[in-house]
Amino acid sequence: MLAFLLTLMLLLGIVIVLAYAERKVAAFMQDRMGPTEAGPYGSLQSVLDVLKLLQKEDIVPAAADKKLFKLAPILIFAAVFAGFAVIPFTPDLIPAGIGIGVFYLLAIISLDVVGLLMAGWGSNNKYAMLGAMRSVAQIVSYEIPAGLAILSVVMICQSLDFQEISYQQGILLNRFSGLEFETNWLFGIEALGINTTNIGGITTWNIFRAPILLVAFVIYFIASLAESNRAPFDIPEAESELVAGFHVEYSGFRFAVLFLAEYSMMVLVSLVAVILFLGSWNTPLPNLTALKFANWTTGTVGELSGILWGGFWLLSKTFVLLFLQLQIRWTYPRLRVDQLMHLCWKVLTPVALGIVLLAGIWRLLMV
Amino acid sequence: MLFYIFAALAILSGAYMVLTRNLLYAGFSLLLTLLSIAAIYVLLFADFVAVTQLMVYVGGVLVLILFGIMLSSRVHDKSVMSENTNVGWGVTISMLTLIGLSYTIWQAGFSSLPWIQQGDTNVLAGQKSTVQLIGIKLMTDFVLPFEIASLLLLIALMGAAYIATEKQNV
Repeated sequence: MLAFLLTLMLLLGIVIVLAYAERKVAAFMQDRMGPTEAGPYGSLQSVLDVLKLLQKEDIVPAAADKKLFKLAPILIFAAVFAGFAVIPFTPDLIPAGIGIGVFYLLAIISLDVVGLLMAGWGSNNKYAMLGAMRSVAQIVSYEIPAGLAILSVVMICQSLDFQEISYQQGILLNRFSGLEFETNWLFGIEALGINTTNIGGITTWNIFRAPILLVAFVIYFIASLAESNRAPFDIPEAESELVAGFHVEYSGFRFAVLFLAEYSMMVLVSLVAVILFLGSWNTPLPNLTALKFANWTTGTVGELSGILWGGFWLLSKTFVLLFLQLQIRWTYPRLRVDQLMHLCWKVLTPVALGIVLLAGIWRLLMV
Repeated sequence: MLFYIFAALAILSGAYMVLTRNLLYAGFSLLLTLLSIAAIYVLLFADFVAVTQLMVYVGGVLVLILFGIMLSSRVHDKSVMSENTNVGWGVTISMLTLIGLSYTIWQAGFSSLPWIQQGDTNVLAGQKSTVQLIGIKLMTDFVLPFEIASLLLLIALMGAAYIATEKQNV
């Protein structure tokens, strides 16, 4: 219960910062100022936006399917929020440390799709319906390259547990029960003879343990943009064609929930990318002979310093990825439907399949 | 206790699914049924089966069903309603199945089966999940059925792609 509340608070905080960042980043990329009035540099803008949304009337269209219309936002948010249950925030803080976390995350996110269909159908509006159809088609397709990219990480790490994958990517490797006698080698290959177990930092991140995962990371990142309906994959919400996509009929609190779910999805996919590829809560600074940067910036596990450093690194890496998502949104034009499907099925999926094969071979080299 | 809650949920939503006339509502109540069954799997220490159930049925089959309903409905600007046909045969066959199942369950006498009496509640025995065990079993004892199933799925995939292709220059 405590984990639930803490995660919810953290998520709300991140989403509010993110909504503000989105407007500011967009403004600066277009040579504007963005919000300036509310608070210093307009920093209270998104808080006020939320307050405004909460005060608005909750309109349910007369011709809508009322039960489905009302249930849909809750289902969508619940599905995304359930994904946060398996995210390790620090070395010893994880809401639910189940052994098959990665698999669970993939499955629970697919519940989101059902909610989208429910919202689109319940609204009884052709724009909402088309938006939901496009959104679902896109999410279902892009789950495949994303899933394959995650699979290659799982093959390298030999684990479906997010926490175990996190421990493998840093100097705390031997602290995890079951991994006491493991060693990390540079690029995962023992023949090179460089033991990185105590060097840690960036050298033990998954993209360095097996450089092939760098490609997998790029594939996952592109697919995750599509899964969270972000530009350049935002045809489900294309303002110029569909008004607003599946949430066109929603207002007030229900719109706020949908908005929250959408931004939570962005946060969730970025968190997963950080955990699987970019070293999770581990520090990026390696130990260099006498300068024990990694030890200094890791803290002590189980104490406050460990929690603070872990949370700090995880969140700062996540914010870098989120910033990248925002930047891409304002840089690239929207893809057409056929280009979208071409990219997914004819480019990303074959490449991802190749990566899975190469990751298997790399794992054999690592043994 | 939890088991009874989820079992009741599964039965109620399953009954609603069968009894409702609106196909779309039936689809959405199927979601609830599948979720409660997944919860029951978790209570039985079958975490992998539970998640697979979510992945395959909710993420795949249910979305396909909903898509089918949504694309084929709205032709007459009305939700699809199912109709009652073959009432006599339906009732007869379902009653016979019920009787057959009840008889079998009654005959089995669960409480006297040796493997249930010897059963250990600590199924996982220190392991964090059943995945390793399932993987090893699939690659050793059950490798033939596993491979045949994958071949079958591949054939189904190719067949689907062939049927869906527009015949351009035949």
